[in-house]
Amino acid sequence: MKENNQQDILDSLQSKEYEYGFTSDIESTMLPVGLSEDIVRAISARKDEPEWLTEYRLKAYRHFLTLSVPTWAHLDIPPIDFQKIIYYAEPKLKKPLGSMDEVDPELKRTFDKLGIPLEEQMALAGVAVDAVLDSVSVKTTFRETLAQKGIIFCSISEAVREHPELVRKYLGSVVSYADNFYAALNAAVFSDGSFCYIPKGVRCPMELSTYFRINARGTGQFERTLIVADEGAYVSYLEGCTAPQRDENQLHAAVVEIVVERDAEVKYSTVQNWYPGDKEGRGGVYNFVTKRGICHENARLSWTQVETGSAITWKYPSCVLAGDNAVGEFYSVAMTNNYQQADTGTKMIHLGRNTRSRIVSKGISAGQSQNAYRGLVKIAPKAENARNYSQCDSLLIGDKCGAHTFPHIDCRNRTAMLEHEATTSKISEEQLFYCNQRGISTEDAVGLIVNGYAREVLAKLPMEFAVEAQKLLAISLEGSVG
Amino acid sequence: MANGQQLKMLSVKNLHASVGDKQILKGINLEVKAGEVHAIMGPNGSGKSTLASVLAGSEKFTVTAGEVTYMGEDLLQLSIEERARKGLFLGFQYPVEIPGVTMANFMKIAVNEKRKAQGLEPLTAAEFLRMMREKSAIVELDSKLTARAVNEGFSGGEKKKNEIFQMAMLEPKLAILDETDSGLDIDALRIVATGVTRLKTPENATVVITHYQRLLDYIVPDYVHVLYKGRIIYSGDKSLALKLEKEGYDWLINDYRE
Repeated sequence: MKENNQQDILDSLQSKEYEYGFTSDIESTMLPVGLSEDIVRAISARKDEPEWLTEYRLKAYRHFLTLSVPTWAHLDIPPIDFQKIIYYAEPKLKKPLGSMDEVDPELKRTFDKLGIPLEEQMALAGVAVDAVLDSVSVKTTFRETLAQKGIIFCSISEAVREHPELVRKYLGSVVSYADNFYAALNAAVFSDGSFCYIPKGVRCPMELSTYFRINARGTGQFERTLIVADEGAYVSYLEGCTAPQRDENQLHAAVVEIVVERDAEVKYSTVQNWYPGDKEGRGGVYNFVTKRGICHENARLSWTQVETGSAITWKYPSCVLAGDNAVGEFYSVAMTNNYQQADTGTKMIHLGRNTRSRIVSKGISAGQSQNAYRGLVKIAPKAENARNYSQCDSLLIGDKCGAHTFPHIDCRNRTAMLEHEATTSKISEEQLFYCNQRGISTEDAVGLIVNGYAREVLAKLPMEFAVEAQKLLAISLEGSVG
Repeated sequence: MANGQQLKMLSVKNLHASVGDKQILKGINLEVKAGEVHAIMGPNGSGKSTLASVLAGSEKFTVTAGEVTYMGEDLLQLSIEERARKGLFLGFQYPVEIPGVTMANFMKIAVNEKRKAQGLEPLTAAEFLRMMREKSAIVELDSKLTARAVNEGFSGGEKKKNEIFQMAMLEPKLAILDETDSGLDIDALRIVATGVTRLKTPENATVVITHYQRLLDYIVPDYVHVLYKGRIIYSGDKSLALKLEKEGYDWLINDYRE
């Protein structure tokens, strides 16, 4: 793994398009299509939820009805009929799962195809996985090892049943249901997702990982992730996503909330590879996600994302630096090809004194795609000596794509220091000629140059994710040159 | 050196090439055999670098007439990377920077592409590292440079050494070195030139493009050609380079002035 297998990577992309575009023949139980109070109640009922949660969902749903679809992003979003979506689908299972042997073999094959090491390899890789297929969390591995340290890592539905006090305390505390249109929708209909709690002073001994996959046709996925790192705790969390290849668009409206208590640290890494649609822009996932974390005193939150999938991406993982000396980081590679659109970036909200934030955004646009960075750095009046460094780079491949940058700065304190750097570049003919002359084909050369360009961000990813991300960047560029 | 038994490596006949409307090469004839070193000299703007680029397959130039045979094949029908994989190497006058891509990674891909074209297995990590260590010693290239991004932040001398390092890694049949000596101090020049000489075998050939005789003190050419206004107007042995150093080009090119 350490040996940088760029060659294998480049070899393997020769014939690939979207390699995760298979569907699994797993029976699903679905609720009827459409959205209503009854559906919200039915979801809640199916999950045996306590009344407070049902009420929370209903409040969110009623608020959702008062909102309209946000249109401020640099995106061209076709109208979505929210009544044509199935809000809940679960793979049919005979009884609650006890061990790996009881997992549906077809489901296991799905995970194998995804390359998710659900069993023994996991011990070696030191990864604990919560796999969410459509709406239900199927299997959380390594629970016992983690439990010994008091770490809770399970599906959010289970957390609601087994740790209601924690869920009730933190759910909606960072991203309120009133936050925005899609956050309200998610709060009303969220079906599953992951919950993670690291107790005081505990350093999580392994990477925690969630894989999301939309499988059933016509379904949306509305997962909810809640991560709480209590005082002095540490966790590195990975999120991966794939979806089958379908002609219709699928909606994915997730919410991720992270609470980083005093002196704690959370690293959240995403490799987002939802189906991007075909070369003509048909199909693909609409990825409308709200991700936000709050950092208390001396806490640190680091977002790293590699975004190569989805027809449309609308996503701004943010940090609220509430406590003094809190640190927020955002490292992003967003790549768009063909007719993909992305409007992504971050918000760094400096509330505490001596808070620091760092933003490194690398956009790559190819084909006819549109790629926007949108960021907000906000320094509140009491944020003495706040510091921000932002770097926004755009790389253009071909002459039909677009790169856009919308950096906003709102500074209310004179002691703040803000830096912003931005570059726009193209892959030069000279670079390609140089690579070609060394025997490297143009397509491989582009993959290589793009990976080099994104290196600073890729270096922030855990090793096994970095390799996957490199492959993805190269694969996603297929056919973008020559 | 030159005898009838040698393998004919490169044969350029009446080669014409242009960029836009501008004709730059106006009928180049050149024969290179295995084991030979050819030096191409000439005043600025005579087409030396263009010749190198055209032979490497640069798409900046259009070949308007003539033919080029390389190892028995029609060179002009091959893509840039095919030419490279078949052993044609161009040492760049201005090596290009590729940010974020380490030299080691870049070379690993290049070497394995070539091996693949030859039907060989890719090198293992250990084999590759050993090879890098050996080859970087030939040009006294600081091994730390291979961990840095391709040419990024390299000094002028390091860039040129790095070109010869790549040549050593790729073991070309025909190396065309485009002003590899420009911008080098005396020590770097010696190192680079000695490196090239050490890579010389009876099976490969080298074409060096240079302005200065001093490079040829190290890389002793079998033939020296003077390129002027897109044509080779004069060829001789290594003594020609010495004469040019002393007397300049005037005595040669007067006849060709318009």
